[in-house]
Amino acid sequence: MDALLHQLFSGVASGGIYAGLALALVMIYQSTGHINFAQGEMAMFSTYIAWELIDYGTPYWGAFFLTVIFAFVAGVAIERLVIRPFHNLPVIALIIVFIGLLVIVNSTASWIFGTTLKTFPSPFPAEPLWDNHYISNHELGSIGIVLIIVAILFVFFRYTKLGLAMRAVAENPQSSRLVGIRVGWMLALGWGLAAAIGSVSGMLVAPILYLDSSMMGGVLLYSLAGAVLGGLDNPWGAALGGFIIGILENVLGAYVIGTQLKFSVALIVIVGVLLARPSGLFGRTVVTRV
Amino acid sequence: MTPLLSVKNLTAGYGDTVVLHGLNFELAEGGITAILGANGAGKTTTLRALCGLCRRRGEISYAGRRIENLATEDVVRLGVAHVPDGRGTFASMSAEENLRLGAYLRRDRADVGRDFETIYALFPRLRERRQQQAGTLSGGEQQMLAIARALMLRPKLLLLDEPSFGLAPLVVQEIYRTLKTINRETKVSMLLVEQNATLALDLADHAYLVETGRVVVSGDSEMVKADETIRRSYLGY
Ligand SMILES: Nc1ncnc2c1ncn2[C@@H]1O[C@H](COP(=O)(O)OP(=O)(O)OP(=O)(O)O)[C@@H](O)[C@H]1O
Ligand SMILES: [Mg+2]
Repeated sequence: MDALLHQLFSGVASGGIYAGLALALVMIYQSTGHINFAQGEMAMFSTYIAWELIDYGTPYWGAFFLTVIFAFVAGVAIERLVIRPFHNLPVIALIIVFIGLLVIVNSTASWIFGTTLKTFPSPFPAEPLWDNHYISNHELGSIGIVLIIVAILFVFFRYTKLGLAMRAVAENPQSSRLVGIRVGWMLALGWGLAAAIGSVSGMLVAPILYLDSSMMGGVLLYSLAGAVLGGLDNPWGAALGGFIIGILENVLGAYVIGTQLKFSVALIVIVGVLLARPSGLFGRTVVTRV
Repeated sequence: MTPLLSVKNLTAGYGDTVVLHGLNFELAEGGITAILGANGAGKTTTLRALCGLCRRRGEISYAGRRIENLATEDVVRLGVAHVPDGRGTFASMSAEENLRLGAYLRRDRADVGRDFETIYALFPRLRERRQQQAGTLSGGEQQMLAIARALMLRPKLLLLDEPSFGLAPLVVQEIYRTLKTINRETKVSMLLVEQNATLALDLADHAYLVETGRVVVSGDSEMVKADETIRRSYLGY
């Protein structure tokens, strides 16, 4: 019983991280229909920036927010300069563009930052706040940060004009143009937000896994599974999907299929959902009368 | 007086298909001009060409400037609001959010608030349904919403693509009456595309008949109404 509880808590904790990156994937998918396979690598790259800043002596939270800003700007720039020229290509060609981006970001990171593992600090105290051995402060804090991101996104999409415009573009680009929204910039903004959210996931993973250029590979796979499970066009569904995947991964990994096969959980979920219910558990279903 | 909109030798199309073969027409400030024609004549394409939604060439002068090379978003910024074919509803959003999107370019918050009231007075049904998901509105309500969304821009020129399409006669009458009121009270100019010539000619002051991408008849509404071709093929008497 105690061991199961332990697995559940770890599941929720890693689920929070998957939820973060799943949100990032949704930011791009909902307005373009593209899955950015390089999302994890971009997050890893940003985490190196944070590491450099901290190494240079910047206080943790200063480095954290500077990194988020860096990631946002880089995300916008990548959309404008790298993705934009290709956006009319067929899906299969675009997948190649994304894989290319993944490889380029990954090798650039190894080239600039080297290949030795680096330890990355957690902003949360190491001593448990109270006497518990289920969940560490870092895990608890990570879940809190992800929930804060969810809340910020909710307010942004629901109550701001820019958020409304981004939703409009996701739903109907032509009508959006006709009310004067600059659709291209909204797509770039989506990339910026995705990269910013992704960078937070990276900074939350790094203290658990060590920082290195292959850090985000597995995380991306689980996050994608979470996003597919919850619905790739629904931020809240995708975040919840991330948490569910985290729990499945830990519990199934410990009791059913063993840790070696944990990855297959993600793959089975992706394939299963795409076959049985392609829009995911909470995917958008719009009623339209014509 | 120089016209608000003047189109010369407009050709337009999609990919390799040419749909418009040198169209010429004008629209007076504050006026209502109708473009009539059968299915596939190129009416929708004409409106799309004006706001940069398809490939086009020729001369489009609007409010003293050439707009044939402007992107859609920039044409809209000059005060051209398009009520598109198919209504262009943001289906998953509420009616009110659709209207807020219509006011996307407006910076004058207080005035926008007043315009909501004006719009709801013109279309009382939209007030009742303002929280409803727009995709679940009836066809007539969605058409009203599309017109209302366009008006939230406070346009100088309103482009209307078959506002009667697929609607019951009573609803069509209601919408046309409202369009007349809007034109009278706000002086917004209208370019109206219709297959239903009777309706359009009653509302418009000028009309053009388009066949396979060319203007074949033009003049003021009364004159066009009397034209032999129009009478036989479009008015049915
Ligand atoms: N996206 C498109 N790609 C290729 N051809 C198109 C496209 N849209 C329209 N066309 C063609 O252009 C021609 C004119 O179409 P358009 O929609 O302008 O006609 P319309 O006068 O609006 O007709 P309707 O009364 O049926 O709405 C048609 O032959 C149509 O097949
Ligand atoms: Mg048409």
